[in-house]
Amino acid sequence: MENVKIIEIKKSVFEDNDRAADALRGELKKKGVFLLNLMSSPGSGKTTTLIQTINRLKDKLRIAVMEADIDSDVDAIKIKEATGVESIQLHTGGMCHLDAEMTEQGLTAVIGGQPSEVSSQPSAFDLVILENVGNLVCPAEFDTGAVKNAMILSVPEGHDKPLKYPLMFSICDVVVINKIDVLPYFDFDMEKCKEYIHMRNPKATVIPICAKTGEGVEAFANWLLKEVARWKE
Amino acid sequence: MHELGIVFYIIRDVKQAAQENGVEHVSTVVMNIGEVSTIIPEYLTDCWRWAADKEDLLRGCELKIEPIPAVTHCDGCGKDYPTVAHGKICPHCGSEKTWLLRGNEVEIKELRVEN
Repeated sequence: MENVKIIEIKKSVFEDNDRAADALRGELKKKGVFLLNLMSSPGSGKTTTLIQTINRLKDKLRIAVMEADIDSDVDAIKIKEATGVESIQLHTGGMCHLDAEMTEQGLTAVIGGQPSEVSSQPSAFDLVILENVGNLVCPAEFDTGAVKNAMILSVPEGHDKPLKYPLMFSICDVVVINKIDVLPYFDFDMEKCKEYIHMRNPKATVIPICAKTGEGVEAFANWLLKEVARWKE
Repeated sequence: MHELGIVFYIIRDVKQAAQENGVEHVSTVVMNIGEVSTIIPEYLTDCWRWAADKEDLLRGCELKIEPIPAVTHCDGCGKDYPTVAHGKICPHCGSEKTWLLRGNEVEIKELRVEN
């Protein structure tokens, strides 16, 4: 009979990434940079929400944006044209999410220089926003090293999304409910939605907005302003 | 393509372990996959076949999945119950104060190497 040797591993597949993410957060704390990881389904209005939010904050904070997509650079160009802030495009090479390593590479490109060089200097940015790949499954599992996680749920997607994608809602610090201008045309129950979100995550802040008209965006901008200030203390 | 991303992570860890143990070919990788880990076992093994056969270390290597049933604990009555059948609400007392005891694992259990 053949001899089989068994090598015991007993290791979570996410362990290395979790460690890299913690290390990245440590670096960001030292440099005083607040990294926000923004997630959502495709088409929920991430880019429009970002443009509205950045235009309200760009006089108060130095902001940069990293757009992550499988392909194209339409979002990075759109952000730069509409807000004037630094914006770069990351390609995930077919992958459905960004991990901590890819995020760090992106940050190095935004801030400039080698990672070791960068860490010894104060950053030129207060707030870096990572627009993750539009997807509610994988980005929830891979910690990017962000300080806070935010997600956008749009009204047409339905109020039962928190029940279908529990992990995403359980890791988000803030849930922005977008496209509230179309509430009269959909069977979207705002109170039920808040209840479902809090079932998954009692601490989540819920902010209803309309990125198109700007309604409610101030509240999200203020939430960010407060979180950035707290991180820099 | 969620499972493919996971496969790349598995391959990275297996390569590292093989190097540390001076192994040139792995015949089986055994995974512990929790019932509510969001991994679909058939997709994972399909992606594995495609990616593993590109590596000398893993050509023909089987990915064996040992499922871990999901169990939720209820703080309301102190009992455990199967997660998939009952979800977030405790079937014993109706409480919502429940949390996942196990079942979201994505873990490499062991490598098998033929001498």
